Amino acid sequence: MSRITGVLETLKEQGRKALIPYITAGDPHPDQTVDLMHALASAGADIIELGVPFSDPMADGPVIQLACERALKHGTSLRQVIGMVKTFREQDQDTPVVLMGYLNPMEAMGYEVFADAAAEAGVDGILTVDLPPEEAEDVAPLFSRRNMDPIFLLAPTTTDDRIRAISEHSSGYVYYVSVKGVTGSAAIDVEEVGRKVANVHRITALPVGVGFGIRDADTAAAVGKVSDGVIVGSVLVDTIAHHQTDPAALRQALTDLLHPMREALDALA
Amino acid sequence: MSIKLTEEMLSHLPDARGHFGAYGGRFVSETLMDSLMTLEREYLRLKKDPDFQAAFDKDLAHYVGRPSPLYFAERLTRETGGAQIWLKREDLNHTGAHKVNNTIGQALLAAFLGKKRIIAETGAGQHGVATATVCARLGLECHVFMGAEDVRRQSLNVYRMKLLGAQVHAVQSGTRTLKDAMNEAMRDWVANVDDTFYIIGTVAGPHPYPLLVRDFQSVIGRETRAQALEQAGKLPDALVACVGGGSNAIGMFYPFLTDESVQLYGVEAGGLGVETGQHAAPLAAGRPGVLHGNRTYLMEDENGQIAATHSVSAGLDYPGVGPEHSWLKDIGRANYVSVTDQEALDAFRKLTRVEGIMPALETAHAVAYTIKLAATMDPEQMVVINISGRGDKDIHTIAELDGIEV
Repeated sequence: MSRITGVLETLKEQGRKALIPYITAGDPHPDQTVDLMHALASAGADIIELGVPFSDPMADGPVIQLACERALKHGTSLRQVIGMVKTFREQDQDTPVVLMGYLNPMEAMGYEVFADAAAEAGVDGILTVDLPPEEAEDVAPLFSRRNMDPIFLLAPTTTDDRIRAISEHSSGYVYYVSVKGVTGSAAIDVEEVGRKVANVHRITALPVGVGFGIRDADTAAAVGKVSDGVIVGSVLVDTIAHHQTDPAALRQALTDLLHPMREALDALA
Repeated sequence: MSIKLTEEMLSHLPDARGHFGAYGGRFVSETLMDSLMTLEREYLRLKKDPDFQAAFDKDLAHYVGRPSPLYFAERLTRETGGAQIWLKREDLNHTGAHKVNNTIGQALLAAFLGKKRIIAETGAGQHGVATATVCARLGLECHVFMGAEDVRRQSLNVYRMKLLGAQVHAVQSGTRTLKDAMNEAMRDWVANVDDTFYIIGTVAGPHPYPLLVRDFQSVIGRETRAQALEQAGKLPDALVACVGGGSNAIGMFYPFLTDESVQLYGVEAGGLGVETGQHAAPLAAGRPGVLHGNRTYLMEDENGQIAATHSVSAGLDYPGVGPEHSWLKDIGRANYVSVTDQEALDAFRKLTRVEGIMPALETAHAVAYTIKLAATMDPEQMVVINISGRGDKDIHTIAELDGIEV
């Protein structure tokens, strides 16, 4: 059983929902990323999604685009991101880490080389935004064989047939994109998300994490009510952007954002 | 390595998932998959629909002004010394470039799919103008994404688009050129996928775009083939076209792929020289990767980050290339070469002065290579340049280089 599945099953037994924060590795500086990951875990993160910066983040809004630019300015590479996970694992063997990014850095590194290095460092899942299951037939098994979960996206436009096919290629959880749009965009329609996630639950037994549009304790609780976990990204990355020069203040600000979400989610139990 | 291509082989390219050998495919976020599959299904149906084809052909004839002439450039031939140089005059199309062949086709598709809002990316502005033009004609809302650097370089085309009723969005992210315009168009599409049709201007992007843009642009090669047989009594010995994303080149090459005797030359932007790294020649100096929905040759660094490109011509200033070109390179059917900014500028002046035809700076790359190539060929041989666009839009750039304010 993967570390992700272990965590999500335990939460389910407790009737609790997963809190899954996202930050971009290397933002605001590569030296701070491991420290921020520990801060997220201390503040109640069940799983951490660690963004791999890319020069052309087509599915991201301005907030995460700028985070990628900051990280790339310091030369943050996929190899370095894997190194950060390895360092994180020295002190934290429990919190699953999912690498989230775009395909080309992995392709440039070489899929086999990447899969070996990621597994060895303690990466638990891989979510590649621009890799639908149809193109993942050679790649996803490389991850599965190393006990890393291939995690795929579901969108409001995904048909039932595709939900079925995508779920068959996924393990760990599926990531339901709550809005048609890029990260950090429109307000979320919780009722609509509830209907869509219920439909996904009818089709697959996999846990469903919902991302895009979760900004605070209220939206986290509302979405937590209808899903198995909430993914929080742009609001955290925006906070990082505002505290680039003061690492201690940044740690505190991220903690202050996550704590109320954690409490709101646990109040659902 | 070169293999003999047959019609039967070509009929399987791209395959059902949009692959040309190892290239192409559909690498996009899940939100767009349903739209792309619908587009593919509808296009494959309409491709066989005589009414759709008749509407397309009618527009090409009466709105675009096709067929475009195949013109023997006698004076350029004489001055070059060598093979006969012929020009396929796509610059004479309505809007002044080959781009309109494709926007007519895709706008018809949009109409059949009931989409009222059109988005497009543009580099030099020719595709943006061609898109704004068809939108004006069909009464469709039009949004064009253009890198801020290109907005500056191609201000004339920006104004043309505005006159045509389009909204031009200057893209400030990344390198502020064509690739960033395409990123932003993709982001808009994800957010407005229900009512929006994305008219991609080149043979890149996720399947089925490389297929449908190639089909719409193939009219160039089909006409050239028939005109060469009629006017010269034979097929050309060589075809030359510039390659940014590669839509004018594939349109010219595709109907000749099974004609083994016809040599194909795609000319990339060598910028300050391929050896300087300041260029836009992924086929010459890149390696395969994934960007903008397809696997293809890319300019990237060792970590897979997309590299900044350089070309004097905004339309070639792109780090990728259509996947079918990547395949044609690997199988050895087409030759991909490059010329520098300076060579292109010299060719721009040359064609202007000896033939009275002012080519776009993109096109001037093909002219520059042809002048070198023709000089090595025999006088009874025939080379055709695809004059993909006219150069009026570049007068500001040329004048700026000359230190003249116009």
